[in-house]
Amino acid sequence: MIKWWKILAALLILYTLVFGMLGTVPHLDILNETIRNVYYHVPIWFAMLFQMGYSVVYAIKQLSKTDLRTDIISNQAAQTGLFFALPGLLTGSMWAKFTWGTWWTFQDPKLNGVAIAVLIYLAYFILRSSIDDEQKRARIAAVYNIFAFVMMFVFIMILPRLTDSLHPGNGGNPAFGKYDLDSNMRMVFYPAVIGWVLLSLWILDVKKRLAILTHKENEQ
Amino acid sequence: MNNKIIVLLMSMLIPFLGKAQEVAGPEMADTFRSEGKIYVVISVISIIFMCLIGYLVYIDMKLRKLEK
Repeated sequence: MIKWWKILAALLILYTLVFGMLGTVPHLDILNETIRNVYYHVPIWFAMLFQMGYSVVYAIKQLSKTDLRTDIISNQAAQTGLFFALPGLLTGSMWAKFTWGTWWTFQDPKLNGVAIAVLIYLAYFILRSSIDDEQKRARIAAVYNIFAFVMMFVFIMILPRLTDSLHPGNGGNPAFGKYDLDSNMRMVFYPAVIGWVLLSLWILDVKKRLAILTHKENEQ
Repeated sequence: MNNKIIVLLMSMLIPFLGKAQEVAGPEMADTFRSEGKIYVVISVISIIFMCLIGYLVYIDMKLRKLEK
């Protein structure tokens, strides 16, 4: 009835909920037990990036063949991705408050980058909803989507690595180098990433089926 | 009566005694995990998550019916 990868998504996340709490983690100053947030906060962002990637792939497909379904899927994936940015931002803000001492800081290029990326994608939805003609909308939305994805990638993945960042693994901060070697954390972190990406795919699956159904309904 | 008050006041000092015996190194919830009721929290999180998944399954099934 329910596809196997959906069940796998649920089981993987369930596993990380239990062993993310019980497993051993490195004892580090400032971070203390909050290091366990790596199992929950980071995979959420992986799911967001995955959805945006999915969205841009369908945007390119849309440009190569004029099928409105690809436009619908591309739009729904971007929506799902933006939805995952919300818990990502909220959990990050919470974590930052208790380790960096502030809810939000404009000193960190990754935070600024994410804020800009979210705005770029909000503009995508506004642009898409402002065009009435379906074919035209699909084409323009797809072109902007490619632009949005490239900009997001630059702002989140490239620029933070060029300057100093509070985020581990970016800039001059080598903190995550230490945890990367911790095999106990890997045992939970990798399943968490796969689990959350699959869960985001599940949500997208439901959303896109509903959107296609609504589209068919409107055509009749 | 007086004794009880003294015992009560003394008991307030217990946390400070504990502080003195603290080992060096970052503070972790080690004993919390072995003696505390962390399992209750894990089961609560798991129940919430399973309810959400159940809801998603329900929506999925309902959509499948609509598609037919």
